[in-house]
Amino acid sequence: MTVFTEETRARAREIIARYPADRSRSALLPLLHLVQSEEGYVSPAGVEFCAEVLGLNKAQVGAVATFYTMYKRKPTGDYLVSVCTNTMCNVLGGQEVYDTLAEHLGVGHDETTEDGKITLEHAECLAACDYGPVMTVNYDFFDGVDPQTALGVVEELRAGGRPMPTRGARLCSLKEMSVQLAGFADEREGAVADGGPGEPTLRGLRLAEQHGISVSGFDPNTPIRSKAEADKAAEQAKAAQAAGAAANPPAADRKPAGDGAVAQQRTLKEAEAQK
Amino acid sequence: MTTPRPETLAKLTPVLTKRWLSPDAWRIGTYEKLDGYAALRKAVKAHPDDLIQLIKDSGLRGRGGAGFPTGLKWGFIPQGDGKPHYLVVNADEGEPGTCKDLPLMTHDPHSLVEGVIIASYAIRANRAYIYIRGEAVHAARRLRNAVQEAYVKGYLGRNILGSGFDLELVVHSGAGAYICGEETALLDSLEGFRGQPRLRPPFPATHGLYASPTVVNNVGTIASVPYIVLGGADWWRTMGTEKSSGPMIYSLSGRIANPGQFECSMGITLRELIELAGGMQPGHNLKFWTPGGSSTPLLTAEHLDVPLDFEGVAAAGSILGTTATQIFSDQDCPVYATYRWLEFYHHESCGKCTPCREGNYWMVRVYRRILAGQGTHEDLDTLLDTCDNILGRSFCGLGDGATSSVTSSLKYFKQDYLDYIEGRTAPKLSDKQLVGAH
Repeated sequence: MTVFTEETRARAREIIARYPADRSRSALLPLLHLVQSEEGYVSPAGVEFCAEVLGLNKAQVGAVATFYTMYKRKPTGDYLVSVCTNTMCNVLGGQEVYDTLAEHLGVGHDETTEDGKITLEHAECLAACDYGPVMTVNYDFFDGVDPQTALGVVEELRAGGRPMPTRGARLCSLKEMSVQLAGFADEREGAVADGGPGEPTLRGLRLAEQHGISVSGFDPNTPIRSKAEADKAAEQAKAAQAAGAAANPPAADRKPAGDGAVAQQRTLKEAEAQK
Repeated sequence: MTTPRPETLAKLTPVLTKRWLSPDAWRIGTYEKLDGYAALRKAVKAHPDDLIQLIKDSGLRGRGGAGFPTGLKWGFIPQGDGKPHYLVVNADEGEPGTCKDLPLMTHDPHSLVEGVIIASYAIRANRAYIYIRGEAVHAARRLRNAVQEAYVKGYLGRNILGSGFDLELVVHSGAGAYICGEETALLDSLEGFRGQPRLRPPFPATHGLYASPTVVNNVGTIASVPYIVLGGADWWRTMGTEKSSGPMIYSLSGRIANPGQFECSMGITLRELIELAGGMQPGHNLKFWTPGGSSTPLLTAEHLDVPLDFEGVAAAGSILGTTATQIFSDQDCPVYATYRWLEFYHHESCGKCTPCREGNYWMVRVYRRILAGQGTHEDLDTLLDTCDNILGRSFCGLGDGATSSVTSSLKYFKQDYLDYIEGRTAPKLSDKQLVGAH
């Protein structure tokens, strides 16, 4: 039976304090990430810990822990490799990437290599379709992968290296990542600054920049109308509309009312005059 | 690759995405130099009701898929009721094809934080939560950093900018459940339960988080707020169409030369978007596409000129959704694509409602049988019948969304199904993948 460290207990108190005093159950998801950060998965001891600090029973905690994919139910490797095999990445080659890794590592979905380094999973859409096919290592992105580059990444991981993700921060272990998921800042020097935007993210912006296109008419000092002003304007608009309708009765020949430039201009002028 | 025509280029409207070009915009110092927190300073001098009216006047509609008028939603929050109010940002981006909120939170997190503060001030909420998808770790890093910076600067916490308004903001990571993108499931999850949808009414506006009045808005919706506060409703309406105002981030993926994010005036067409993306990839001809994620019925090359705004796409028999246009060519199989989406819905169904839980389970099996070359003509009727029994018969839209690609692919590409059934297309799945399919 794991005894959670004092540091974990202190963090648990910090998590609970984020939520209203009588709503401590809101802390359950971050707390499950927290126990996973210590053990690498949500163990029966982790469930008991969450139950104890929140005053719940183990069944209540277990029911939540088993609902969510990111809470692992058996020990995981240092690195969780997730390959997107949802439709878009799939047709672009993601399935092949997954199949190649599974064969090479000798593990299936949600299984861990014997050396305890890598847990493999196929993932549903990872919200990076413009970079497809993608895979993540501990949820940081490796974009546009093919079987060869994916193999290169896992081989480097097994050899003790930490390849740099295409986007996102330098890699950490899955346990360290779980601390962040529990809502704590990434304390590693420079990690938050890692990972600039890739070209697909900037595609439309680059085009606009290249062709000198921007949105015109933006004045940051445009006043916010008060309710009184808005009501007055609405009244005026209504009056103008009434004046317009009177000046332009529906045409007998089934043409739209006021279907003539002169009439419309006059109406607009009248509305202007009332302002 | 040809350069897009000037009239197409003119539809680009970089507003929400603009700061992404500044590599350090995620830092508060850079953000402040780029109009950052100017909207907040302006907003706290205005009456909250005037801000709600401003958003109503702008015609802003929700960017999460449903397109509900944002100002109206804010206006539903009962005021002076003595209950705490909450703002919850839905940052659980996971709809297949959708990839606009992650870059926004990663490269311009303060615009979301600023929007949260203004929206909370408007609806009189003193606590706000950003429920971010668990897997979105880098976006969450930047967002947590931004929140911390905003506290230090006095934009969050007590008596913000001397206005007397207090706000606590927590970034809450999910744990891998697509269903939590559904607003009531999200609220259950945020309360520490399994993320399962609630029956509505009552709506979150009166009985949301902790049974209190709550506004749940998408990332793009809230991030739009500072721009409207600065530039005004009339300026916002210079973009988009009458009923679908403003700019929209269109996410293009698939068989095009240059996939990526294109922020354009709402109402642009797919033909124009493909033009901006440098055309189709060589050797690929457009066959089918989703206008806004996998839960929106497929469209085809016939629909290249449909205006991609809420009304235009609805008139074409689909849904604008999240403007995630996934583009497939004649080298992609609509039957297989639909099968993969169904595997997703089957995996992500929370299990609360029988039609969705069982229907998706069985449809996946029928698809496997068809793709293994062992389908029958009757299977097609079974699929349609199953869809009839899922659509509109579950608490939330997940089940409805699952049927979208099934019914639309059968409508436009029945021949592709028949080709598997009648043996003209080689089976795509092998017998060993068929365990339990009969």
